[in-house]
Amino acid sequence: MDILVLVKRVPMVGGKMVLTADGQDVDTRLSGFTVSPHEECAVEEAVQVTERLGGTVTVLTLGPPEAADQLRDMLALGAHRGVLLETDGREWGPIATAAAIAAAIGELGPAAFPLILAGNEAADTGGYQVGIRLAHALGRPCVTGIKRLEVAGDLLRAWRDYGGGQEEFELALPAVVGVKEGINLPRYPSLPGRLRAKRAQIEVRKPAWQADGLRKIALRVPAGSAQRARVLGHGAGAVPELIRVLGDIGVLAPAGRAEADGTVA
Amino acid sequence: MSGPVLCLVEVDDGEIAGPSQRALAVARSLASGPARADPERADPASAGLPADGGLTAVVFATLGGPADRAAADLAGQGVTELCVVASGELTCYAPVAWARAIEQLIAARSAAAVVAAATDRGAEVLAHLGALTGLPVAANCVAATATSDQNWRLLRHRWAGSLLEDAILAAPVALLTVAADAVAADAVADDGAVPEPASASPDASGQVVAPVSGGAMIPAADMPVTTFAPALQAADLRVRATQSAGQGGGMSLATARVVVGGGRGVGGPDGFAALEELAGLLGGVVGVSRVVTSQGWRPHRQQVGQTGTKISPELYLACGISGAIQHMAGCQSAKHIVAVNTDPDAPIMSRAEYAVIGDLNEVIPALVAAIRAAGGQE
Ligand SMILES: Cc1cc2nc3c(=O)[nH]c(=O)nc-3n(C[C@H](O)[C@H](O)[C@H](O)COP(=O)(O)OP(=O)(O)OC[C@H]3O[C@@H](n4cnc5c(N)ncnc54)[C@H](O)[C@@H]3O)c2cc1C
Repeated sequence: MDILVLVKRVPMVGGKMVLTADGQDVDTRLSGFTVSPHEECAVEEAVQVTERLGGTVTVLTLGPPEAADQLRDMLALGAHRGVLLETDGREWGPIATAAAIAAAIGELGPAAFPLILAGNEAADTGGYQVGIRLAHALGRPCVTGIKRLEVAGDLLRAWRDYGGGQEEFELALPAVVGVKEGINLPRYPSLPGRLRAKRAQIEVRKPAWQADGLRKIALRVPAGSAQRARVLGHGAGAVPELIRVLGDIGVLAPAGRAEADGTVA
Repeated sequence: MSGPVLCLVEVDDGEIAGPSQRALAVARSLASGPARADPERADPASAGLPADGGLTAVVFATLGGPADRAAADLAGQGVTELCVVASGELTCYAPVAWARAIEQLIAARSAAAVVAAATDRGAEVLAHLGALTGLPVAANCVAATATSDQNWRLLRHRWAGSLLEDAILAAPVALLTVAADAVAADAVADDGAVPEPASASPDASGQVVAPVSGGAMIPAADMPVTTFAPALQAADLRVRATQSAGQGGGMSLATARVVVGGGRGVGGPDGFAALEELAGLLGGVVGVSRVVTSQGWRPHRQQVGQTGTKISPELYLACGISGAIQHMAGCQSAKHIVAVNTDPDAPIMSRAEYAVIGDLNEVIPALVAAIRAAGGQE
């Protein structure tokens, strides 16, 4: 089965969110770039399915020319083919993104991808809709939030968390599925995988930007993320003070009960 | 805007689900017109337009209808109509069918906006609704105001709340989801009376705070309960939950009162025994960072963060965790954060309330011993 996986290049922010002076973007001068863990898991899942059933994995991203790096990262994980819908770096909204991807799939041959996987939501914009809008554009069934899936013939069974348990869906292929981290444990790229990815040819297309109904005015970092922790002490010497704080917070009681019950030996 | 604001409400065990409470707070602020004066944010020339269509709670009757308890709670949330969507075909959750029903309800009520919690279901249904109607969807909002007929001023989360975005939505009907883990909306007065509809205004940290106290009293009985039977096609029911099963047992990370966190600093799978022991003593559970799950030290269901579980404990004791924004996005609702870290300059030091500087392999066993000793003395 040939599977298409959608990924998005996002800054790899560490301990602190820093914005550009105009407040329009995350300052990426000191950060690397990555894809969301959801998407990495989607690629891993696709690779595992093709390892069982045969076929290929194509990764597609809409982004700036540099997003080819993220496609190569995914090729190193075992994907076979990379497609870049190249932008001029402007932010694209979900409606335009889904339309551009649908058009590209039309050209790549829609029948070629009975299964399309997307990360559940993009790490940065968190719009939660490109996969679903794409499914509607292609007239396919879609389910999101998926933590486990099984492909059997033309049928796909998918599970997601619901209310402390799970709910199950059955979809006829071709279908679109939004995947969450935890569906698998992605492998580390192998050395041959990395070499292959480095040499791989990335297919480039250039869709035209379109305005979306949602327009960003500015970004800001939430207040309250710059306090300073009160240091209770160093090493084991801090334990009496720590116990006092835990007592004040009111979380020490269960221990006393457990001891009294004798449930904790 | 003139029609009602529709709010998709998820009912959990007969009660309004927590995330839906927050969605209701934002929906209520939209339905009640001008946002509270917020000199920092609001543009005086474009203060919200008053709405007169009320607030309609939309509940899908897949499980035999909402319990009376939920209905009473809804009346206490400023809801002016409870609309129960019911149809013979809708026996279980079906995302496109739910979206189709809301699409028809928008037309039937001339609705001005649709608001849902950004849960798996809420986010999914609104995205389908966006696709069916061709309308944009603004996800993970924390506040919304109508500024003119087709314009909406929004504040929304990016990066799971690590960043806030001021945005304008241009649409004849606003489709919004509300960040599911934003701080709980205040409950309304115990007597079930509705205070004057108040606006949900995000505080400086971008959390929804819904001030609802004092004001006009509307008895619960005044909230009409209507039913709506959507016209569904077979294609709308193509995808549906065929089975839902609770696993039960075990304390949930999402709701635990104490979470003992372990990160890369734990050093390996064996290091978690001490954290488990401590969590047991404190009546809590262990949560971990992504490094820990991607190393395979612990299962992903224990991961706290943007792509893991969002927690809201009384105490989060984060051991050997640096405090990356994607991790902290999962514990914004923790009441108290205590960090144990060898590095006094780790980013978590600016997010925690208290810190112990030191090796967790020394601090945690000493803490366990001290708690045991104290327990023994009781
Ligand atoms: C889109 C995206 C989503 C993500 N989602 C998540 C998520 O959901 N959850 C998540 O956790 N991460 C997530 N991450 C990853 C995140 O960016 C960090 O890489 C991760 O949280 C770091 O884990 P850590 O703190 O355990 O490791 P590190 O950052 O390596 O920190 C280890 C810390 O342990 C301390 N330490 C070391 N030894 C000891 C010792 N003996 N005693 C005490 N302290 C010690 C060190 O000083 C350091 O501060 C995401 C990343 C991206 C890009």
